[in-house]
Amino acid sequence: MLIIDSDKCTACGVCESSCAFGAISVRGDCAVASDSCTLCGACVENCPEHALRIATVEKQLQADLSEYAGVMVFVEYRHGKIAPVSYELLGIGRKLADQRGVGLSAVLPGGSVGTLVQSLIVAGADVVLLAEHPMLEQFREDLYASILEMVIRERRPEVVLAGATSIGRSVIPYVATAIGAGLTADCTRLEIRKEDGMLLQTRPAFGGNIMATIECPQTRPQMATVRPKVMAPAEPDASRSGEVIRIQIPPELLQSNIDVIETVVNTEDHVNIQEFETLVAGGRGLDSAKGFALIRELAAELGGAVAASRAAVDAGWIPYPHQVGQTGKTVSPKLYIACGISGAVQHAVGMQSAEIVVAINRDKDAPIFDLATYGVVGDLYEVVPRLIQRLQESRG
Amino acid sequence: MMKILVCVKQVPDAKDVRLDPKTNTLAREGVESIMNPYDRHALEEAVAIKESQGGTVTVVTMGPPQAETVLRESIACGADEGVLISDRAFAGADTWATSYTLARAVETLGGFDLIVCGKQAIDGDTAQVGPGLACRLRVPYAACVQKTRQVSAQAIEVERMMDDGYDVLRLPLPALLTVVKDINEPRVASLKGKMRAKQAKIRQLSAADIGADPQCIGLTGSPTKVVRVFSPEPRGDRTIFSGSVDEQVDQLVACLKALI
Amino acid sequence: MDYFFTEQQQMIIDTAREITNEKIIPVRAELDEKNQFPREILQDIAKADLFSIFIPEEYGGLGGGCFEVVLALEELARGCVGVATSFAASALGIFPVLLAGSEEQKQKYLPEIASGTRWAAFGLTEASAGSDASGIRTIAVEDGDSWVLNGTKQWITNGGESQIYAIVALTDPSKGPRGASIFVVEDGDPGFSYGKKEDKMGIRSSSTRELIMKDCRIPKDRLVGRRGTGFITVMKTLDMSRPGIASLGIGLAQAALDEAVTYAKQRVQFDKPIISFQAVQHMLADMAIQLEAGRALVYAAAKHIDNHPKDMSKVSSMCKVFATDMAMKVTTDAVQVLGGSGYMKEYPVEKMMRDAKILQIYEGTNQIQRNVVGQELNKEYS
Repeated sequence: MLIIDSDKCTACGVCESSCAFGAISVRGDCAVASDSCTLCGACVENCPEHALRIATVEKQLQADLSEYAGVMVFVEYRHGKIAPVSYELLGIGRKLADQRGVGLSAVLPGGSVGTLVQSLIVAGADVVLLAEHPMLEQFREDLYASILEMVIRERRPEVVLAGATSIGRSVIPYVATAIGAGLTADCTRLEIRKEDGMLLQTRPAFGGNIMATIECPQTRPQMATVRPKVMAPAEPDASRSGEVIRIQIPPELLQSNIDVIETVVNTEDHVNIQEFETLVAGGRGLDSAKGFALIRELAAELGGAVAASRAAVDAGWIPYPHQVGQTGKTVSPKLYIACGISGAVQHAVGMQSAEIVVAINRDKDAPIFDLATYGVVGDLYEVVPRLIQRLQESRG
Repeated sequence: MMKILVCVKQVPDAKDVRLDPKTNTLAREGVESIMNPYDRHALEEAVAIKESQGGTVTVVTMGPPQAETVLRESIACGADEGVLISDRAFAGADTWATSYTLARAVETLGGFDLIVCGKQAIDGDTAQVGPGLACRLRVPYAACVQKTRQVSAQAIEVERMMDDGYDVLRLPLPALLTVVKDINEPRVASLKGKMRAKQAKIRQLSAADIGADPQCIGLTGSPTKVVRVFSPEPRGDRTIFSGSVDEQVDQLVACLKALI
Repeated sequence: MDYFFTEQQQMIIDTAREITNEKIIPVRAELDEKNQFPREILQDIAKADLFSIFIPEEYGGLGGGCFEVVLALEELARGCVGVATSFAASALGIFPVLLAGSEEQKQKYLPEIASGTRWAAFGLTEASAGSDASGIRTIAVEDGDSWVLNGTKQWITNGGESQIYAIVALTDPSKGPRGASIFVVEDGDPGFSYGKKEDKMGIRSSSTRELIMKDCRIPKDRLVGRRGTGFITVMKTLDMSRPGIASLGIGLAQAALDEAVTYAKQRVQFDKPIISFQAVQHMLADMAIQLEAGRALVYAAAKHIDNHPKDMSKVSSMCKVFATDMAMKVTTDAVQVLGGSGYMKEYPVEKMMRDAKILQIYEGTNQIQRNVVGQELNKEYS
């Protein structure tokens, strides 16, 4: 709990203004904490008198942390292919492993995946742990979780990375809970602290308004998920060699409670917008569902996909999987063109990590222009057709 | 008769939370507390299943005493009872400690056929507590459910959203689901519900009531520690073009040339 | 202004406001454009218990009165008068049962209305009977255990969408005003069908349709009240419902004022927000003054009606005239404040102006309302 040293406290009120939860306030000549305190420590850091500290129950260490070594990546497989995010994870995993002077392993569960292992070695893996079985062809939470748990317990990596994808975000929290490891979701930066080799995991919080750096001082492995397109894959190196280890899966780990009745891959209207390098997004300013025809045309011209703001989805102009923002998807494409989107914070959190943002809006004061690399002030129904025309011309 | 549990969380309205660039502290001026938006969809799904199958909906939340508000809001929207898991010892819990605490509470309350959670909470956006809770309770689960197709006393059939489409899964009960907002349109709290909510007695559970191990709860029980918070870097140079539409588009195309 | 609502009244306002903000405003433009009946929204309204406000507690309602209905309608009309009209029309359609129905009829219909599982509609107007209700031609004839109805009702709100219809028909054509009776006709009754669907200027999300009775045979017990008391019940029904129409004007005018002020604050001309110009300020001030005067009158009238059920014609007509003429003026001025933008479908005020016009026409034109007030004055001073 939060301990307030009443002798040191000068009732200056700095703690009060530093608390996001309204949990500490000055009463009379001393600060008082309420039940809303989450022990986030903001007040402790800000107190000029060092009058605050957090007292906790002494934590008993679960194990000797030095027994854990190596970086492990959970490789995602679906419909005969490895998800691009897995190569990106091998890219950052390679860097972390080199900094620590340890090996990089890749765990690959799947139905018939043997032919794919070489691509993982080329992308940076030293060891590929192959869990091949027909029951693993489709993603089943319980089987994938049990196998990952088993592999992690046996191999004791210090770091485990997974994609912040549907599969990764579903199975990894289960695994982390089972083995008592700390897990940080949606990291945008991962680095090793030189002094003690600790993994520093940085991620957005509060819908992207705040960044937080997180570490796991007392538990191993240190687990993190990373969204697609946040990390760069390593340059493929065909000369690399690696070891392939086939995991013996005990039969009881192949007993699933989950019946996969059907797998539906959506076409056109259900593309995974997180996988595209160019997105053209439409918002309320389109005025109607018809406007998306224009957005589609521009997206096709650029080889990108169509995204949307919540207003456009709520209006029924385009289905939910296209939604970018707090209650939709978070995307980080190279190019994001926002057409008729005002740029409310809820939308901004979903697209602000795009490399280049182009805003097209007729209201020059729209907040989207604060997020934009380039802004075009004008009616999108004039700007977009003209842009398409110019793109076609420049292509000859 | 189905016994359904819904886990909800009271969160600061994320759009209002900012880091003061001068003091590097969180500015909470005018930050409102709301029910996590995803949890409203979880509650709606639970209430809809109750209405079609018969049964009860219990809502739990872990939080400070004022989190009681979201329990009353849930009752107004069709839940039968609310349970507040509250203790200063829970403060500072990360997702690991939270799923432990919720699991102890669920076991204390006992006997649920179905547990429904929102996909994630908008303050942390981790989406970890649902699967973590399933792990603790050793029940099958499906994350990011976009549709409930069928429910019976023995099993539930759902569509689980995937990045490239969806899978149709059948899970034996008891089971746990986390839901996305596409699954339904939450109802507006009814007048009779609001009156019931006002009078409802909210059950409270402390760390001792659920037999929590002090090593596993709150800040102590949390493997992850936040060591630094800071504002995201603002976007670098921005160029807002001027002139006629044609002129602006020409400038834009010139700037984007390298990219396209 | 603080009108000192009770806790329950505030709850009704909050609930209706949530429906408006979450369910109505996001789709109102689309409903308007597509002429689409707001079935799902009415279901949401039902789930929120708003249909039960004015139904007595013994029939599963909340036991509120005219004032409570007014509060709910005002909030719904802030979102869309078309939706609010569909809701109000159901209340209007069941008022005859509430006012004059038998115990059996009440037990049969009121709980369904309270839960919103069935909706009602009121069938009075005919091609030959608008302001002059004595022009009714629909006839009901007794035949054994049944009534047999023949005739066509015109411009019936919720026609084709409701399941329960209160139909005014002549049972003794020779007796003039004493010769009319009210019957409940249900969707699916033999000989009952729907005719032309109207394409309207405003309130386009509401359904306005012909009801056709061709040898429509219904059981004897569908007669509401005593035979020949139909017109008395019609007058009482309209007295009860007119403050509701008035409150639609209040909600609509409030929405128009909100849009106008918001726009005036952000629209910059001559380097200043246009709200800083006195010409605009005065328009907005007049809108606000008339709106608040209208609201105070409607609330006072509704409270009067709840406490003096035998003396309601005059206040009921007065508030309907004032509030709906006011709504027409305020919505027109709102379009003016928004200028060119106001005339475009992109902004909601042009719809508000179109919606406002019907309020001066339906449930008794404002000219007829003035007749009522005039006649009452004549009586009072005799």
